[in-house]
Amino acid sequence: MTEPAARAATADQPMIVLRGVHKWYGQFHVLKDINLDVQKGQRIVVCGPSGSGKSTMIRCINRLEEHQRGHIVVNGIELTSDVRNVDAIRREVGMVFQHFNLFPHLTILENLTLAPTWVRKMPKAEAEDVAMTYLKRVGIPEQAHKYPLQLSGGQQQRVAIARALCMKPEIMLFDEPTSALDPEMIKEVLDVMTELARQGMTMICVTHEMGFAKQVADLVVFMDRGEVVESNPPQEFFTNPQSERTKLFLSQILKH
Amino acid sequence: MATIDAGQRSPDLAPPITQVGPIAWVRQNLVSSPLNTGLTLLCLYLLYLIVPPLVRWAILDADFAGTSRADCTSGGACWVFIQARIWQFIYGFYPPEERWRVNLGFLLLILAMVPLFLRGFSHKIGLAVGLVVIYPIIAFILFYGGMLGLPEVETARWGGLFLTLVIAGVGIVASLPIGIVLALGRRSTMPVIRLVCTGFIEIVRGVPLITVLFMASVMLPLFLPAGMNFDKLLRALIGVALFSAAYMAEVVRGGLQAIPKGQYEAAHALGLSYWKTMGLIILPQALKIVIPGIVNSMISLFKDTSLVLIIGLYDLLGIVQAATTNAEWLGLAPEAYVFAAFCFWIFCFAMSRYSLHVERKLDRGHRR
Ligand SMILES: Nc1ncnc2c1ncn2[C@@H]1O[C@H](COP(=O)(O)OP(=O)(O)O)[C@@H](O)[C@H]1O
Ligand SMILES: [Mg+2]
Repeated sequence: MTEPAARAATADQPMIVLRGVHKWYGQFHVLKDINLDVQKGQRIVVCGPSGSGKSTMIRCINRLEEHQRGHIVVNGIELTSDVRNVDAIRREVGMVFQHFNLFPHLTILENLTLAPTWVRKMPKAEAEDVAMTYLKRVGIPEQAHKYPLQLSGGQQQRVAIARALCMKPEIMLFDEPTSALDPEMIKEVLDVMTELARQGMTMICVTHEMGFAKQVADLVVFMDRGEVVESNPPQEFFTNPQSERTKLFLSQILKH
Repeated sequence: MATIDAGQRSPDLAPPITQVGPIAWVRQNLVSSPLNTGLTLLCLYLLYLIVPPLVRWAILDADFAGTSRADCTSGGACWVFIQARIWQFIYGFYPPEERWRVNLGFLLLILAMVPLFLRGFSHKIGLAVGLVVIYPIIAFILFYGGMLGLPEVETARWGGLFLTLVIAGVGIVASLPIGIVLALGRRSTMPVIRLVCTGFIEIVRGVPLITVLFMASVMLPLFLPAGMNFDKLLRALIGVALFSAAYMAEVVRGGLQAIPKGQYEAAHALGLSYWKTMGLIILPQALKIVIPGIVNSMISLFKDTSLVLIIGLYDLLGIVQAATTNAEWLGLAPEAYVFAAFCFWIFCFAMSRYSLHVERKLDRGHRR
């Protein structure tokens, strides 16, 4: 690994590889032997009960959390404690959070241009062009000069998606992007995500929107108590769940 | 029952007179209960006891014009004293023929700062940083001299309001960045850095400023090689700056703690480094929250500068006090202290108002 950043995923190599990943919070074994391959352009939906380690797993992929055993390789770069690798991976991986995490002291446009100008060293004018392109794509170009707290939740989450896209990532991670939203705003965010999937973005979405999973996912991964219990294409996953835990989870979540 | 037409709404009525306006204000604030009414009357009585004599002493019976003690005949305050000594109060023992340098120095500062207060000017942060770096050099050359044909004025001759502003200015400008670095260090994940910063903050905060100044002026020379002696004012400046930095660090830390973890995570996920995360995302928000605390520290520092008196520097209070022991003006201490208090108050009040203004402006920007 002399030139970590220069290596990129080849056609046969998955975009994301998790091999035997374990993680502990103190004594608490939160991830137990996670194995997952994500191919370029694949859409993965991760679901499972609260506290099962879904967030922890996807946060390990861009090093917001550190795994303690096993290997994580993203776009051909292995995640080690080498900061150059971490930086290289974070440039390729966009993330959208449950609570948006927009920067409240910056305007929408500044939120979008900050990372491209400071991390990618893009000229300001170009970064603003890119930002406006993505704001148009998520449908709110007219909000560019407002501050995040002046927008509705759904609008804020769409800005957060656009902010991640401005870095031109190869991979997008979504951690329950619609769980903090009022029901009438969920659709506008899911529409943006569906459109993104249609354009071939490699995505891992933690979500309980089963309609979205059925429509968009290539693979549904069910986690419980730190383990991947089952991972199958949606058709299979919903009509023919294998384990008792999956059946129980589906019965609870589809009841509503 | 009457129904309201679609598209037509009931008119907004003015609230009853008892809810708004001066009458309501008096009702709510002064006579809302028997206890409050009693307190209001008591306060009015105290004001009646205090205010008229004070006005009589300070203004009605006071002497304003003249040149010597003999001109004070009316029995009230003798402002002639202040008037006769005003230049010394402002410049200390700075040679009169060189005072223009002090004036020029402060004039330059004010001119350079004007754009900071202008609405349309968009490079405020750049200008502020430039000022902090360049202005001290210009000010040092002007005030101290010894080069560019300016005669040297050693710091022992600096005094009065001028000295107060120099110490407070250096202290305020130096303590904020040092305080920020200390606050970040105290939250660092590296144990050594955290230990050093925490230790420094806790030790300095546990010691009175007087002690720090004494140590700077008495103990420091003991540790320096014989014959090497650096300037007394410089030592006081370092002492004041470090002292106030420790307090500033705790204020800033409070702000840092108020920033949700999600802000760090979003910044890291976008690939921003530690320093960019701090400089672009965390500190702008944290400092905004703690503006009142920062200004509070600055005001404290401004007043604490008067403690340099005990190491033999004559700041505004020191020089005013020294003047009261002059044989010609004996017994005029009240006038002297009122004057000194008034000068301190002007500056502190200005700082306080400016911080309110900044707070309100930032608030308008970020909220709806
Ligand atoms: N920083 C942390 N320290 C200790 N325990 C944590 C921490 N973060 C999460 N956990 C625990 O790890 C488990 C998995 O959390 P998480 O990945 O957030 O679950 P999910 O996203 O599936 O709801 C939970 O039981 C949670 O309490
Ligand atoms: Mg979660």
